[in-house]
Amino acid sequence: MLHVSLEVTSTSKNNMTTRLPTFRFTKFQIFVHIVALLPLVILIIDALRGNLTYNPIQAATLRTGKTAMILLVASLACTPVNTVFGFTPAIKVRRALGLYAFLYALVHFSIYVGVDYGFDLQLILLELSEKRYVLVGFAAFLILLPLAITSTKGWQRRMKRNWKKLHRWIYAAGILVMFHFIWVQKSDIRQPLIWAGILAVLLILRIPRVRSRAVTFRTSRRAGGKKSAPPKPVEVNEPVVQ
Amino acid sequence: MIPIKSSEITPESVYHDRRKFMKGVGLAALGGLAVAACAPAVAQPTAAPAAATTGGTIAPAAPAASGAMTDELGDPVNTFEEITNFNNFYEFTTDKEKVAGMATDFPTRPWTVEIGGLVNNPAIFSIEDILSRFDQEERIYRLRCVEGWSMVIPWLGFQLSTLLELVEPKSNAKYVRFETLLDPEVMPGQRSNWFDWPYVEGLRIDEAMNPLALIATGLYGKDLLPQNGAPLRLVTPWKYGFKSIKSIVKIDLVEEQPTSLWMAAAPREYGFYANVNPEVQHPRWSQRTERRIGETKRRETLPFNGYGDEVAYLYEGMNLAAYY
Repeated sequence: MLHVSLEVTSTSKNNMTTRLPTFRFTKFQIFVHIVALLPLVILIIDALRGNLTYNPIQAATLRTGKTAMILLVASLACTPVNTVFGFTPAIKVRRALGLYAFLYALVHFSIYVGVDYGFDLQLILLELSEKRYVLVGFAAFLILLPLAITSTKGWQRRMKRNWKKLHRWIYAAGILVMFHFIWVQKSDIRQPLIWAGILAVLLILRIPRVRSRAVTFRTSRRAGGKKSAPPKPVEVNEPVVQ
Repeated sequence: MIPIKSSEITPESVYHDRRKFMKGVGLAALGGLAVAACAPAVAQPTAAPAAATTGGTIAPAAPAASGAMTDELGDPVNTFEEITNFNNFYEFTTDKEKVAGMATDFPTRPWTVEIGGLVNNPAIFSIEDILSRFDQEERIYRLRCVEGWSMVIPWLGFQLSTLLELVEPKSNAKYVRFETLLDPEVMPGQRSNWFDWPYVEGLRIDEAMNPLALIATGLYGKDLLPQNGAPLRLVTPWKYGFKSIKSIVKIDLVEEQPTSLWMAAAPREYGFYANVNPEVQHPRWSQRTERRIGETKRRETLPFNGYGDEVAYLYEGMNLAAYY
């Protein structure tokens, strides 16, 4: 794996004495963690300072939902960004982005159930049965739950090939989230359509034929755009860390 | 220079006393009208004429906390800050908290309202005409937005019926059609072609003649601010907030049911009647419950927003699930 070897050389160069390279974060990883946690920090500060609009529960619900959606898209961008554009550090943050997406989805879900509806299960079930946006949102959350639980290396090892099968459900979750986002809009659906479009591109780039063509296009351009340059053997297989 | 009305410069602190005074005057002046149920310290919508309602009166008001303004159910009014900073006014922006800032320069003078269509006395009123011709009274109404939030607002205004009586609707006039100013120069939201501007709303004529239907020109004893629909707007408290059209420039009496902006935009979601109804569900927002701005717990939404005694007779025999 190209990115793993890069990581090892960079750490050994920087600090020869460190023997625990697995606990070291690259600058890019630290950046991603900060960016992913920032909306939560801002939300807590705004909530404590009473800056969450005159309808704070709704504002908190909308904010956490949107952040969860963006992080989900970001986690789904990692693989194509690596395979198609050759940006290998993306793979190292994919799991974290997926887990952050789940964290925000969990907060979003908890605010809705606990704060907004005060655990009034009867009322919540009525909303679930009557409102399609609630239904698809809840379905997406139910998909994310087992994916988050089995996100560890231990589960990955134990589940073997099934792990990959299970985690491919993230594509369905992404699609459901987009319907959730579109259906919750009052009128202007341009913004959710843009995000749905991005998701669509990210999913299309996973189709093996599309991916290999994109890789060929990239490598030929890098080689100077000459047709005569033979396409290098590039990694077309999915990286191990799915 | 436009002369400032005394109500504009009344400090809010002395407003309560002033209001009590006004209420006393109002009670004396209204005399024969069915306002007997109003508790002295509580401004309350006048009851529908006894002939029109089955009960004839509205429920006695809960005793108000000393000095606190409440609606007739005993719930306190929302603060001036809440009412003037959380606004749905898509002519400016869809962001409720940005309307106030964007509307500060909205010119409400000069302003004219054209009243015509199927009437005997079509008229064009300036806002000054309207303010001097119609006595303004306070009405504390609940406002229930279709989006599932609500407020209690101390409006200042006059009954729509007095305006309609003045222009004398013809016998074939069945509906009242209202129109908001169309001016994308000052209302930037109207540059978006997501909606078919201008904003249009309508009422059946008997709804418009109901004593609850108010033309509001102020709130909290002051002139309306642009974000609340200055200089004049409709308030129909038993209907979802979007029926209460803002910044009106045109009122027409018509024979055919008008198509409102929201009916045109999403006919399955917004009907002509739009009566507050916890039994009729919306695809997005809970209509069984609502959140009063300033509160954490949801409240149960009341049929006709709690004004059933005053307006339910208008819809007798109608299937309100079909005519939503």
